[in-house]
Amino acid sequence: MSVFEGFKFRQVSSPIHRLDPRVKFLYVLVMFIAAVMFNELPVLLVLFFLQIPFVLVASIQRQWLRSLRGAMFLATFLFVFNVFFGYISLGTVPGGVSPLEYAFAMSLRFLVLVESFSVFFLTTSPDHLSLALEQSHVPYEFTFAFTTAVRFVPVLAEESQTIMDAQKARGLELEKGNFMKRVRNYIPVLIPLIVSAIRRSLELAEAMESRGWGASKKRTNLYVLEMKEGDWTLVIISILLLVTVIYVRYFVHVPSFTMLFAQ
Amino acid sequence: MIEVKDVYFTYPTGVEALKDVSLSIRNGEFLAIMGQNGAGKTTLVKQFNGLLKPTKGEVLVDGVSTRDISVAQLARKVGFVFQNPDHQLFSETVEEEIAFGLRNFGFKESTLKRRVTWALNLLGLAEYRKTSPFMLSGGERKRVALASVLAWNPKVVILDEPTIGQDHRQKEILRQFIVQLNAQGKTVVIVTHDVEFVAECSPRVVLMTQGQIVADGDAKRILTNSDIALRASIVPPQITQIFLDLADLGLPTDIIDVSEAKKTLLEYLEGDNT
Amino acid sequence: MPIIEAKNLTYTYPSASKPSITDVSLTIEKGEFVILTGPSGCGKTTLCRCFNGLIPHFYSGQLEGELTVAELKVFKHPISEMAQRVGLVFQNPENQLFALSVEKDVAFGLENLGMPRDEMRKRVDWALQTSGIEELRDRAPHELSGGQQQRVAIASVLAMQPEVMVFDEPTSFLDPLGAQKIFEVINDLNKKQGVTVILVEHRLDLASKYADHVVIMDEGKIVLNGKPREIFNSETARLLGVGIPKATLLWQQLRENRIKLEGVPTSSEEAARLLREVLKT
Repeated sequence: MSVFEGFKFRQVSSPIHRLDPRVKFLYVLVMFIAAVMFNELPVLLVLFFLQIPFVLVASIQRQWLRSLRGAMFLATFLFVFNVFFGYISLGTVPGGVSPLEYAFAMSLRFLVLVESFSVFFLTTSPDHLSLALEQSHVPYEFTFAFTTAVRFVPVLAEESQTIMDAQKARGLELEKGNFMKRVRNYIPVLIPLIVSAIRRSLELAEAMESRGWGASKKRTNLYVLEMKEGDWTLVIISILLLVTVIYVRYFVHVPSFTMLFAQ
Repeated sequence: MIEVKDVYFTYPTGVEALKDVSLSIRNGEFLAIMGQNGAGKTTLVKQFNGLLKPTKGEVLVDGVSTRDISVAQLARKVGFVFQNPDHQLFSETVEEEIAFGLRNFGFKESTLKRRVTWALNLLGLAEYRKTSPFMLSGGERKRVALASVLAWNPKVVILDEPTIGQDHRQKEILRQFIVQLNAQGKTVVIVTHDVEFVAECSPRVVLMTQGQIVADGDAKRILTNSDIALRASIVPPQITQIFLDLADLGLPTDIIDVSEAKKTLLEYLEGDNT
Repeated sequence: MPIIEAKNLTYTYPSASKPSITDVSLTIEKGEFVILTGPSGCGKTTLCRCFNGLIPHFYSGQLEGELTVAELKVFKHPISEMAQRVGLVFQNPENQLFALSVEKDVAFGLENLGMPRDEMRKRVDWALQTSGIEELRDRAPHELSGGQQQRVAIASVLAMQPEVMVFDEPTSFLDPLGAQKIFEVINDLNKKQGVTVILVEHRLDLASKYADHVVIMDEGKIVLNGKPREIFNSETARLLGVGIPKATLLWQQLRENRIKLEGVPTSSEEAARLLREVLKT
């Protein structure tokens, strides 16, 4: 499993999976706003741990940890970067916070953003997502392009493997040679792939037309997203969260760990 | 000479595609590997040129294990023509396309030019030398793919589902071509589910189902055996079906060919009259 | 009135130097099961694309002549209108499925038409059942075998309840068993649902037993048009290199040796039956 597994939807049924994608997106948006509003480590920690209940209820621990692992690389880089610059400016960082704590906070903020999106994509099927897009009045052409792309990803992956095999069987050695030679060696793989993609889109277009594409301006859908109890609950949680966050930002003095330990 | 010894193969996805497969192919043989889609035919032949290596067991080509040499080295001896020519074609001209394999195998320019011309003529593509392969029809593209493999003169030629999308006449031409290749001493392996085509070529038949070989022998013997056919989910040739239906009248059932069918029926009727 | 009436159709693709079909005239009655065959490049694929309007509306180029399908003059009606009366199933199953589940694919055409949800549900259920793929309803297209995918494609066209369905070499990528299943589904559509079927096929040994009308094309023209037995028996068919069923070839060879059977067989069952009568005497 690669880091991409941390964002790929899996067919599991859980209350989180069944939630309306628009509501989930609202929640992620609020998370986003909250994370961006704060530099303070304690708050960011709270936001980070707020994800955990969702992850557990949705039973996506393994995949979520995968995406976390993937994000760690950049997070570590952010950390090191911030520590470095923090100490260069002689320890003066906004709010009298130690550079170390600040660096932690920055990398944690990054993680919070990435992880909330990860939860969103892990628990939302592309089908569900496209339905949400449609009902949000995104033009159908875009939604269709999206689902078709997702649908053909495994097909294209398989095809590229077949093409590589076919060319290897003609003596093409993809592993050999310096960088330039290796790039050139991929031309016999890329061109058939592209040509095949073009042919495929022509056939798809024929099939679409033959099934009445564009027949009616008002396109209907076999499914409809209806807001249920769980959805409204999450909406309320999100709004409460947003209100709390704004209140805390403007009216509450959030101590940093530096200050707490300095006492 | 290809030897498959107790080979098991499992794909990374966990699918076990080959289960305890053993097979010997002598130089100059003509072999058809048959079975339903998903029986493991293509998985098996991909072991011959090293594209896939056995999970357990071993595949020897001319005495050397496929694990010990590269795909490129094996490909020099074992040519593989894939089912869909569009998965191979990428050059600006047919000439370039045919030269591709030759260049990869390090042929000298002078030899290369000769071989390209030879391959073009062999497959009747001389007029398309400077044409872009993408401009050609489906059948012509198949011929270009075949030419590009035959150009480097491999000892073994594997054809994966060569009859798909071909009309009757094209299949007939292909059949004659394959027979000729074999007559010239090449080992020819075709992977196919086209029973009528195999009935007309009458090669050695290796029948597979669910990753295993269930029958290996003469085309006539195997294609007319209704039990084996049922096990492997293949449909016997139409002529055979007729005779299987009439078995209760005492007629032989190992008929796959129209002229043989005629002869047998005439003899039967004459025998009846005496 | 015949369900398809073509008069002197001639079509040249935009980049081509000569027409793909020339002066094609054809009449097809409601409820027929027509096999359209001929050597590669004979124009059968082009003709299929005329039936539902892909030619001339999707492919530009020059189209002459007249074509009426299910009472609509093809030149005057957009493809989206034609699609409600004429369905087209293509060769490659993979490229006809765009959705992430079978159910959604079957509903695709109906969604395009703006059909209300309840009616769509009923049609989708009916189409899935008629094509024998009820149990595949929630599966993703990529998980299916070629034969299953093709049945989904058939169901998605069927859901629009067309009067005519055209199948362009639908079994090319399938093994004989898969092909047989498809022919059985198509035959049921014709005999049980009354859909007029036009099947383009090379594998006449498997398909010919279902047909009551055969059309053979060569180099853009119709060269033979009539009942299966006459056509397969004709010298022209043999010369064209059409894949005449072996049962028919056997009949011809026996006839040359003055063995007469009570009819021209195109399938093995028929041949066995006819031979039995002769052999028992």
